[in-house]
Amino acid sequence: MNKFQDYAHLIRVAAVFLLGAIAFVAVRAAILPKSFGQYGHFRGDALKEIMSRPLGYAGHQECEGCHPDVLEVKVKGVHAHVNCESCHGPLAKHAEDPTVVKPVLPNVATLCVRCHSENVAKPGGFPQVDQKEHAQGQLCNTCHQPHSPGFDAGGKK
Amino acid sequence: MSLNRRQILLLLPAAAVAWEFVLAGTPDEAPNYNATAHWWGMLLDITKCIGCGSCVQACANENDVPDGYFRTWVERYHVDDWHIDNPVVDSPDGGKEGFPQSDWKDGKNFFVPKLCNHCVDSPCTQVCPVGATFHTADGVVLIDYNYCLGCRYCIQACPYGCRFFHPTRHTAEKCTLCYHRITKGLTTACCEVCPTGARQLADLKNPNDPIHAFLKTHSVQVLKPHLATGAKMFYNGLDGSVR
Amino acid sequence: MDGFMYPNEVELQWSVLIVLYPFLTGLVAGAFILASLERVFRVEAIKPTYRLALLTALAFLIVAPMPLQLHLGHPERSLEMYLTPHRASAMAMFGFVYLWYLMAVLLLEIWLDYRRDIVLLAQSSSGWKRQLYRVLTLGSYNISSNALHIDERAGWIITVIGIPSAFLLHGYVGFIFGSVKANPWWSTPLMPVVFLFSAMVSGIALVLLVYMATTALRKKAIDIYCLDAIAKYLFYIFVIDFTLEMLDLIHRIYEADESFRSLDFMMHSRLFFSQIVLQIFVGTITPLALLALVQLLKLSEAVRKRIYALASLLTLIGIFAMRWNVVIGGQLFSKSFLGYTTYKMGFVAKEGLLPAIALMILPFGILYILIRLLPPWQDENVSGLSTGGIA
Repeated sequence: MNKFQDYAHLIRVAAVFLLGAIAFVAVRAAILPKSFGQYGHFRGDALKEIMSRPLGYAGHQECEGCHPDVLEVKVKGVHAHVNCESCHGPLAKHAEDPTVVKPVLPNVATLCVRCHSENVAKPGGFPQVDQKEHAQGQLCNTCHQPHSPGFDAGGKK
Repeated sequence: MSLNRRQILLLLPAAAVAWEFVLAGTPDEAPNYNATAHWWGMLLDITKCIGCGSCVQACANENDVPDGYFRTWVERYHVDDWHIDNPVVDSPDGGKEGFPQSDWKDGKNFFVPKLCNHCVDSPCTQVCPVGATFHTADGVVLIDYNYCLGCRYCIQACPYGCRFFHPTRHTAEKCTLCYHRITKGLTTACCEVCPTGARQLADLKNPNDPIHAFLKTHSVQVLKPHLATGAKMFYNGLDGSVR
Repeated sequence: MDGFMYPNEVELQWSVLIVLYPFLTGLVAGAFILASLERVFRVEAIKPTYRLALLTALAFLIVAPMPLQLHLGHPERSLEMYLTPHRASAMAMFGFVYLWYLMAVLLLEIWLDYRRDIVLLAQSSSGWKRQLYRVLTLGSYNISSNALHIDERAGWIITVIGIPSAFLLHGYVGFIFGSVKANPWWSTPLMPVVFLFSAMVSGIALVLLVYMATTALRKKAIDIYCLDAIAKYLFYIFVIDFTLEMLDLIHRIYEADESFRSLDFMMHSRLFFSQIVLQIFVGTITPLALLALVQLLKLSEAVRKRIYALASLLTLIGIFAMRWNVVIGGQLFSKSFLGYTTYKMGFVAKEGLLPAIALMILPFGILYILIRLLPPWQDENVSGLSTGGIA
């Protein structure tokens, strides 16, 4: 018959493992983020952190609130569905503090061609021109009103 | 305190709303936002995309995306004759500055905007070892930058190439569907600036959403459907050559 | 970059360190399987390498997590894998497989096998070594024949559990790659099996070389029957490994799915040297041919020794190349199947070649220390008693 002292060393090993397990549980309880598991297998606070990112673009409704005159011109023309910040860039800061943060006017020389320079991959019906031929050295807004550029809607300057 | 039947009937709807609130998980930042009432997707209309790259720029502005990395990008396809198994594709700097005029005289040529598909059965969240990338109740896949180990398994697991390793933060990174915007009733930065309406956010739980209606009446596809990822970015007019 | 790649794909995510990691765990699994051949299947001929194989496995297992730590964007957060493991993730579960294998299998088996020596060394040595051995005894100095018999039984049970644990240790790494449906170079059910068999091949080759090297350094006579036995197992398992890899290749060529053209081109261009030359010809066919020669012809002991050493070295190169081809190869082609990129490996960089080389040398340093502390050889037992293995 095996005496207890012959396998006592195995009990010691088991004790070491048990101590390790207890230490692990204790450490885990101490350093696990409190919000983990709140909504699923992730840190609940992460949602808050992601949602609280500051806005860069205000959204066209915000612009239209203060600039209804521009909106009136735009809705009649072909740029009706081109949102303000598409050309004017991110303006959330300006919307927050209109007098302090002044937006910079877009550079016409490079702005319009981004959409309207001709490219065989653009959909057929989309207005596209060879800029050199079409503009003959002039800036686009020499002839076109940017908020309503089509001539039929009275956009000719 | 015992409640009579009338009191219980009055309390029940209040309790239901409260319970939904709890389930939705509405942290303070968007106090009126109920996540379980939404299921986000997007429509990408190939017939309308002009490859201007405004979306790529807007996303980079809105989300501080580092140069050379892309949360969204635009690809240009050229398909010769009927050879849809062999397209010629390019995406110079992700299409951020638009595309130079090409020499193609014929064939099919078109642009394809791409972004994270916010898959329902996303392979990326499946492989994350610690729960640093996860699904929200409204169907958006997000990354917890303060928890991510930077093991990059999720980047390997994404079939669409939409994830990258942030060069200074050293965590995984990708499109968040502008979660900080859509939870406040705004649209994503890319959809906001798209001049032709080629990109439009869709709330697939909202029966009155016009994009949701579009999906019900047009032939749409997702990318790599054979991988069964449950992608929610729907493409109208997608050619068979698109990878 | 050639052709078209999704813009975020151009940079590789997993570097040479991630090539090193499966190589190291493979050596661990292989060395352990060799040791278990003696312990469980009573292959007496390889007994001289039993303890050496275990110590080799331990040295490499200790180093195995180091390339991973160097690779992580936030190594300080790596404990999260134990705090909040995501059960759907193979990588998370692997953390526990590693821990289980290290603690419950390898360390325990080594301790049980060496316990008698540890007790004797605790009594006979002096200075800091004495303290170290005393700690290792866990306070028990019972080395009666009854106690040692219990150790032997317990060790046998642990080895029996250890064999599937070793399979799991390295099969899991194969599964980490094999389960990624996004990557057709990786995604195959054969991946865990191929990884496991190539691991066994590399581990056996390593123990063979370590045994030859240590014997030569100690200026002792080598046990040729031991070498012959090891080489025979190396040959058989290599044949299985080669068969599995060829099966994968033939299957791919025959089915020719959408990824095939792109992968085939990659194999013949960017991966030509590492796959065709290093892995297949230098690292598989040549050692197989050499080992087959020994099985077929009657060669002298001196010639056999040279063949075994050469075959083992080429095998190790070949298995490393295999890991390289899987990890790096899987990232060289675009998931659009329209383009390729190149791997720019740095030298003195966090994930460069220099740390990789250092991490390959380190296990030998640790092995040296382990051999000094826990001598595997029976004739060098400190207390002068004759047996050093199982009672």
